[in-house]
Amino acid sequence: MRALVWHGKEDIRCDTVTDPELEQPRDAIVKVTSCAICGSDLHLFHNFIPAMLPGDVMGHEMMGEVVEVGPEAKHKLKVGDRVVVPFTIICGECDQCKRGNFSVCEATNRKKYLADKVFGHPTAGLFGYTHLTGGYPGGQAEYLRVPFADATHIKVPDGIPDEKVLFLGDIFPTGWQAAVQCDIQPTDTVAIWGCGPVGQMAIRSAVLLGAKQVVAIDHLPERLEMAEAGGAITINFDEESVVERLNELTGGLGPEKCIDAIGMEAHVSPSMPDTVYDRAKQMLGVESDRPHVLREMIYVCRPAGVISIPGVYGGLDDKIPMGQLMNKGLTIRTGQTHVNRWTDDLLRRIEEGQIDPSFVITHTVSLDEGPEMYKVFRDKQDSCIKVVLKP
Amino acid sequence: MTYNISNIARSKGDPKVLHSGPSSLGAADRMARALGWFSIGLGLTELIAAKRITRTLGMEGKEALVRAYGVRELGHGIVSLSPDKHLGLWSRVAGDGLDIATLVTAMRHDNPKRDNVGVALAAVLGVTLLDIIGAQGVTARHSRPRGRPRSYRDRTGFPQGVQAARGAARDFKVPPDMRAAPALAAVSNRAPPEKARPL
Repeated sequence: MRALVWHGKEDIRCDTVTDPELEQPRDAIVKVTSCAICGSDLHLFHNFIPAMLPGDVMGHEMMGEVVEVGPEAKHKLKVGDRVVVPFTIICGECDQCKRGNFSVCEATNRKKYLADKVFGHPTAGLFGYTHLTGGYPGGQAEYLRVPFADATHIKVPDGIPDEKVLFLGDIFPTGWQAAVQCDIQPTDTVAIWGCGPVGQMAIRSAVLLGAKQVVAIDHLPERLEMAEAGGAITINFDEESVVERLNELTGGLGPEKCIDAIGMEAHVSPSMPDTVYDRAKQMLGVESDRPHVLREMIYVCRPAGVISIPGVYGGLDDKIPMGQLMNKGLTIRTGQTHVNRWTDDLLRRIEEGQIDPSFVITHTVSLDEGPEMYKVFRDKQDSCIKVVLKP
Repeated sequence: MTYNISNIARSKGDPKVLHSGPSSLGAADRMARALGWFSIGLGLTELIAAKRITRTLGMEGKEALVRAYGVRELGHGIVSLSPDKHLGLWSRVAGDGLDIATLVTAMRHDNPKRDNVGVALAAVLGVTLLDIIGAQGVTARHSRPRGRPRSYRDRTGFPQGVQAARGAARDFKVPPDMRAAPALAAVSNRAPPEKARPL
């Protein structure tokens, strides 16, 4: 089969690889009908997330049709079922899964020995990601082996186009969880840094959950325009001070809820000297991330507010203002997304027409064009916001 | 073909690479990578063999300068190998200018190694040409074209419109483990916090 394969920094290729096979009794094989390139794929593309190996199949946003089912998954899945595959692999049986903390499932990371050393304790296995999270082959491919398939799937009805439900596997529940863990109240201003795909979903989620005002921060005109279309007030950080504008919008109090939909690769600009400092340290390998957004959120957030971090961070961060964080009594909520905790509810909202997540798709191409689209998406060329691949 | 080695470590059911296809790396990216590694090699040489370099060029006494240029080259190399490779290559072009200026000062008639300096100068001029070609190539490949971006004004994501969407999910019950501290949770709608009783 064909698949997009990681060969090294900025080197993704459309390779011919062997077909996946059932390995465990709970496995299933899915014929992928649609998959997407995610913002966090770019962290792997840049080799900022450690423990990738040449030959790793990329992709953690995918859906398709079940074509083979292992004996212990047959009570939940059958050949022909249409499924979205969540990016987090879950057993559905461990203590964490029972609590709904699916992204920290205790059973699915097959490289626990690596995760133990780096994270202290293992987190869930993830598709198409680092070997710290199991090194499971991803879904930017024609076929995908889904481990623990009886639990790791979201069944979707026929008759809804792929584009409307594909993002149930990652960016939609990620944006939703980012907003939910803010516990949005009707009096809240929610500020969202980053108008990429997760930021756009977080904006829509905050609007649906009834925030008083939603403020979106970016500098790319097409992304700000999409944010505005979704009901956000926008701030272009190239043109105005984020802190001053947020204070102005909140009567000098600061936003009660702040969402970081950027993560480890904040935009670098001489007008924000800390980003230049972070970039230099990141190049030298002495700092993993560029946490400008974290610093700005901690500074501007209203005391006793909530900071929600769906953006991916890789390791060690410098100059985090712990004094501000502690004295202001801020709550930080973060984590990979507990996808299956939210998807029944979100699927219902899509079916009822409350939201149509396909608005974010700007490019649909074949799998062969995937390597070039990584470059286009990374360089934000051709007003690219979200790429869907058709294997 | 490093994937052949990692193929060995993959489990039975995982896909293994059979044939490699087209890459996301373009010719300009590969050139940047080659020049980046060249910078690192040259930088290390200048740091380690500064004395030999100055002797070859008849520039004895300038070892500290050569070592400083070595550190500079390492910097160019690191940036050229990073995602910001255009910065690395343009900084290499600037560095080439500095190298040329330094070598020109050594082209004195009384320098017995003048011929060596001429060879070094020719080499630097050749590399400068490569650096300019590489920098222009990478800049062109990775820049956002100027002009109006596409319009996404109609991409609301809400089939029934933004106004209908505002608060449409207020029926959602936030799980207890994700509730905010009551200090900011709509204080106006809640009973005032209980005050501590005086002793």
